[in-house]
Amino acid sequence: MATTMITTLDRSSRAAARGLSDISIRNLFIIPTILFLIVFNIFPLIYSLGYSFTDFRASTNAPANFVGLQNYRDLLNDPYVWSNFAITAKYVIISVAGQLFVGFGVAMLLNRDIPLKGFITTLLLLPMMLSMAVVGLFWKLLYDPSWGVINYALGLGNFEWLADPRMALYAVALTDIWMWSPFVMLLSLAGLSAVPKHLYEAAAIDRAGPFYTFFRITLPLVAPILMIAVIFRTMEAFKTFDLAYILTSQPTAELISIRLYKMAFQEWQTGRSCAMAYIVLIMVLAITNIYVKYLNKVKER
Amino acid sequence: MRKIVTSVLAGVGLALACGTSVHAQEKSLTIFWAEWDPANYLQELGNEYEKETGVKITVETTPWSDFQTKAFTEFNAHGDAYDLVVGDSQWLGAGSTGGHYVDLTDFFKKHDLGNVMAPATVKYYSEYPGNSGKYWAIPLEGDAVGWSYRKDWFEDPKEKEAFKAKYGYELDVPKDFKALRDIAEFFYRPDQKKYGIAIYTDNSYDAMAMGFENALFSYGGELGDYSTYQVDGHINSDKAVAALDAYKELYKFTPPGWAKSFFVEDNQAITENLAAMSMNFFAFFPSLINEASNPNAKNTGFFANPPGPNGDQFAALGGQGISVISYSQKQDEAMKFLEWFIKDETQKKWAALGGYTCSAAVLKSPEFQSATPYNKAFYETMFKVKDFWAVPEYAELLQQLNQRIYPYMIGGSGTAKETLDALAADWNATFKKYGRVK
Repeated sequence: MATTMITTLDRSSRAAARGLSDISIRNLFIIPTILFLIVFNIFPLIYSLGYSFTDFRASTNAPANFVGLQNYRDLLNDPYVWSNFAITAKYVIISVAGQLFVGFGVAMLLNRDIPLKGFITTLLLLPMMLSMAVVGLFWKLLYDPSWGVINYALGLGNFEWLADPRMALYAVALTDIWMWSPFVMLLSLAGLSAVPKHLYEAAAIDRAGPFYTFFRITLPLVAPILMIAVIFRTMEAFKTFDLAYILTSQPTAELISIRLYKMAFQEWQTGRSCAMAYIVLIMVLAITNIYVKYLNKVKER
Repeated sequence: MRKIVTSVLAGVGLALACGTSVHAQEKSLTIFWAEWDPANYLQELGNEYEKETGVKITVETTPWSDFQTKAFTEFNAHGDAYDLVVGDSQWLGAGSTGGHYVDLTDFFKKHDLGNVMAPATVKYYSEYPGNSGKYWAIPLEGDAVGWSYRKDWFEDPKEKEAFKAKYGYELDVPKDFKALRDIAEFFYRPDQKKYGIAIYTDNSYDAMAMGFENALFSYGGELGDYSTYQVDGHINSDKAVAALDAYKELYKFTPPGWAKSFFVEDNQAITENLAAMSMNFFAFFPSLINEASNPNAKNTGFFANPPGPNGDQFAALGGQGISVISYSQKQDEAMKFLEWFIKDETQKKWAALGGYTCSAAVLKSPEFQSATPYNKAFYETMFKVKDFWAVPEYAELLQQLNQRIYPYMIGGSGTAKETLDALAADWNATFKKYGRVK
């Protein structure tokens, strides 16, 4: 069956001349990838599941003791962990909603014939191409109350973006929105340009207003691709680490991944942090599944 | 097929060739430390050692923020990438009980290091558990939290007059914590973009703990009993509560946005004309007397952590000892290096290069004390330092301290008593978890 699935090899090609069959070429490409995946992803995943039921600490020689569900119980009873989850949820909602709004808005603006369209699009994509850590360091300087550009430009005086416990999370989300809106914009642009022009023409003939056209034609047709953007961004926002870690150390902005990092690599509570990682994994899987179900529904329409 | 065989053979040959060239430089040692000036001084000292013995010393560094993570990742993997490590004093418990450090007790006794090095440095950089007579490191870089200040601001006659009119005593280097607070308040002038004081507030590692300890110890408070691990009644005592309030009070007079500050920010407070006084480890003071890195170098002075209301005077300990890593293949070479390192001449050289020696003889010598504007304050401090817990689970204790103290200090939630009661309960639970208390 496999042989019929792939295009057969050109008999005059060099690979064929060396006596390599289709199957061996396929194996040559796939087996290293599968091996890599097993060694670096699947195996640690299963191994860490085992650790999550022990009190193992990688920093000592003490043997790991089986503690059953103790780690999970402790974590789910820890008010700090719950507050980390609440903070993360808030962050995901703010930052993904913001990116969707800004990204889709910019895409709508760009989806027309304007001069230098390609150039503008490229420029708008730049933030996305920077490294997270670099963006974090830059924005830390921009937000600085004493010499930061943002307060200077907005005339906010000594407003403390990152040092104010109530503001810190929004400041991190704002940076994330700046960085990743272009991603949503790019996907939206692709979706928008795929909407058939004749639908708009028909709407114009029927004298449909701009709102009606947007909600009845544009949005439904772009929705599937927007959903993909939302899935990607939600998963990414859920595991945001570098940006928040560099920008602020406010407990009110301590995302779950930062907590996990501290537990695993500063406190070396290996067993417990494995349990935590599994809780996070299950949550991300659940959320993604909801989205995927919804995406399929949207596509069916 | 023949082509493949030839290329494989060529590859093997190349690998062997590289292998042998590494083999030729067998006499070399790698020391792991954090990325900062003292590591460069240690490299220079290592170059001297190479001149004398032919053994090449490489000091490998990594930024402070991931020093702990990187070092322990290597230890936990039983890697032999490093032969020696200049590790934080808090690591002693994890390093020794985890089997990562070589036991240096015999070496210590043979060279009588308990008397050669300043007593506090031996107690906190070398011994674990406390008072056990077991030693795991040689004090290398002494360090503690001290203060720098703007001499020109302090000596301005107009300021002096205004200060005396307001507080009733002379404006001078603070004699106690109350004066520290008054001076901070006096210079806090947001409209002129001048602020009173720069302190540590970062809660990602030990910055907040070090800053708070400076107040706690000088107020006569303690983290707990180091031998029984009893914390209730120590960390939440009246003295400790007063100390936390005093430290929080100082936060009022810091520059804006001072909620994630550690050594970089605190030195910036002096170089950027932000604050009148700034808390920092002595190890970061060399760059403050260097005109290339501090435009106010001529006008920067230094003082030791002032006493609290009852006259107790202590400071939080920084600094590191050097340990031999038990997975190293060159432990004998490493021991030879340590033998050379503890010699008096070497310690003098080390101090001259800019390292903070722990050798009692060198510290007491007048040459050392007059060599820089801060050496005298350093000498005074090094005989009255106290440190954080050094148990293997110290990172959990640190995290709990950050978790409790930060929201109170920066966010203003709760009271000092509530904060420290909660911290005592957290610590007690952690010590219970590891079977240190019943």
